[in-house]
Amino acid sequence: MNSLLSDELYSESITQEPTRKGFGEGLVDAGKKDESIVALSADLVESTQVEPFAKAFPDRFIEMGVAEQNMVTVASGMSAVGKRPFVTSYASFSPGRNWEQIRTTICLNDRPVTIVGCHSGVSVGPDGATHQMLEDIALMRSLPNMIVVAPCDSIEARKATLELAKLAKPSYLRLTREKTAVITHQDTPFSIGKANVLREGSDLTIIACGPLVYEALKAAKYLESKDLKIEVINSHTIKPLDEKTIIKSAKKTKLVFTLEEAQVAGGLGGAITELLSEHLPTQVIRLGIQNRFGQSGTLAQLWAEYDLDAASIVRSINNVLKAK
Amino acid sequence: MIHTEQELELIANQIREDIIHMLVEAGSGHTAGPLGMADIFTALYFEVLRHKPQDTNWPERDRLVLSNGHINPVLYATMSKSGYFDHSELKTLRKFGTRLQGHPERLRLPGLETTSGPLGSGISQAAGMAYGLRMDSLKQPRVWCLTSDGEHQEGNTWEAIMFAGKNKLSNLTVVVDRNNIQIDGMTEDVMPLEPFAMKYQAFNWHVIEINGHDFNDIISALNQSKAIFEKPTCIIAHTIPGKGVDYMEFDFRWHGIPPGIKDIYGDPPKEIQAKSALEKLRTINGKIRSEHE
Repeated sequence: MNSLLSDELYSESITQEPTRKGFGEGLVDAGKKDESIVALSADLVESTQVEPFAKAFPDRFIEMGVAEQNMVTVASGMSAVGKRPFVTSYASFSPGRNWEQIRTTICLNDRPVTIVGCHSGVSVGPDGATHQMLEDIALMRSLPNMIVVAPCDSIEARKATLELAKLAKPSYLRLTREKTAVITHQDTPFSIGKANVLREGSDLTIIACGPLVYEALKAAKYLESKDLKIEVINSHTIKPLDEKTIIKSAKKTKLVFTLEEAQVAGGLGGAITELLSEHLPTQVIRLGIQNRFGQSGTLAQLWAEYDLDAASIVRSINNVLKAK
Repeated sequence: MIHTEQELELIANQIREDIIHMLVEAGSGHTAGPLGMADIFTALYFEVLRHKPQDTNWPERDRLVLSNGHINPVLYATMSKSGYFDHSELKTLRKFGTRLQGHPERLRLPGLETTSGPLGSGISQAAGMAYGLRMDSLKQPRVWCLTSDGEHQEGNTWEAIMFAGKNKLSNLTVVVDRNNIQIDGMTEDVMPLEPFAMKYQAFNWHVIEINGHDFNDIISALNQSKAIFEKPTCIIAHTIPGKGVDYMEFDFRWHGIPPGIKDIYGDPPKEIQAKSALEKLRTINGKIRSEHE
C-alpha cells in the first residue's frame, strides 16, 4: 500500500517501541560519525536512553547531576569550544526549568546545542501531571533560532537525531516514554522542515505530530468506510513549519484538524492556526490538550480522557461535520 | 609585569573616564560596578590574558567570560583600549544599531566570548568551555570568568560551582567582584553571602582573597591561579563600587544609574555629576593635579 508507511500499519502485530529508543540508537550512530558530539545527562541516563552513547563513548558523556540549568549552560560553553552537545532530561525539567538559560546562552548566542526532552505528553502515564510536559512546544517554538522536532515513532526519532546532529543550530527534540507503534520504515523520507503527506484525501486534513500521527491514520482509515476522504500529514518539524505542504493541503480540503499531545495554545495547533489565518483563512480545529494538566493513568486511559485517540478523533470530526 | 604599576593605574583611570563618558552619552547603564572592576580588567587585558585583539578567533586564546553582563561599559572600554575596536565607537553604547549593546551580545561584537546579562549563568558557560578545552589537549587555553557577588544568590551559580569542583577544572579561574552592593542595597542585607570564601572551599575550590585595587595583589593572584592543580580557583576581589569617584564609592544608589539623570541626596546635583566624577578621576580624588587633562 502506502510506500511511506510500514506494511504492518493496521495489523495487531505492528512493532511497538518508544521514540526515546530511536534517539538512543541515533545518538550512538551520530557519535561514530562526529567526534565532536558529547552528551550530558541530569541523573536520568537510562530512562532518557542516552545510556548506549554513555557506554560507547564514556569520555564524551558527562553526568551533570540533578541540575538542568547548569546542564544547558555548560553545554553552551562546550559548544563555544567546538563540541556538539546533546543535553538530555525529562521535558518537564529541560526545557521546563531552564528556559531562560536556553534562551540567552543557546538561542541568542546561536550555539549548536540540541535539547532532548524525554517523557513529553500525557502518555508518560502513572507519573502524573508534574512529569507530563505539555507546554514544551510553546516554550521552544517561540524562541528565535530554535528548531523544534517531534518524531512520530522510534525510526523517525533515530533519523531526526542524525539530522539534527548535522545542523549547527539550536534545536529541540521532543520524545516520549511509552512504547507506541512504529509506523514508518527505514526508507521513509525524513528531512527537517519537510512534512510528510502520509495519506491523501480531499474532505479534510489532519496535521499531527508525535506518536498521535498513528491515531490520526487509524481515524482516517475508519472514516474512509463512511466515505470521508481524509488527508493525514505528519508535521514532525513544528519549527520551521512546512508552510507549502500545509497551505497546499488546506487549499484542497478547506478544513483542517491539528492533533498533538501538548497544549494546543502555542503548540502545533497554534502554529498551524497562525500560518493559515495569515495566508489562507481556513477553519482549524485544534485537537490536543485544552488548557488542562495531565494526571496518572495508562496511555490508553489518558489518550481517551484527553480526546486524543482514534475513537475521539472520529467523534470530534463527526461533531464538526454535523454542525456544518 | 609588562607595565609598571603606575602605568597600569593610569590605564585603569583612563578606562574609568571612558566609562563615565560612555554612560553620560548613553543616558542609562550601570556605574558603580564598572568603576570598581576597572583595575581587574586592566590587569587581565594588559598583563595576564593570552589574546590577540586583531585575531578574535585565535584557537589558543584564553576565554574571558563576563557573567554579570551589566558591567559591560568596563569590558568595552578595556577592549577598545587594548585594540579590539576604535575608541570612537565607545560613544555608541546602548544606541540603536550599535555593536555595544546594553548587555553584551557575542554575535554583534567580535572578541566577546558569550552573550550575558541574566545573572548566574557565566560560571556554567566558563566551566563548559574549560571542560571542553581539557578534552582536546593538555596544553589548554585558560578560562577566566568574571562574576558579581550578587549573582551568587542564583541557584545556577552554585550548580556550576559544584560541577567545576567535581571535575577539578584547574584551567578555570573565577573572579568575584566582592563589592557588597546590589540594586536593592547591601548584599548582606538583601541576601547574605558570607562566609563566602568558606562556601567555595566547601565546594572543593582553591580560594584567594585580594584587594581588587592593588595591581600587585591582582596580578599575583591571577598568575597563582594558573599554578593550582586539581582544583578550580576562585579569586574573591574586595573592591570599592564606584572606585575613583568619592561621592559614588560604597553607595549602592549608584549601582544601576549613570551620572547626570537624577539628583542623589548628598551628592553633587545632576547637572555637574559627570564633570565632578571626571575631575575626581583625573586628579585621583584630588591627590594629584590632572596628569592627562
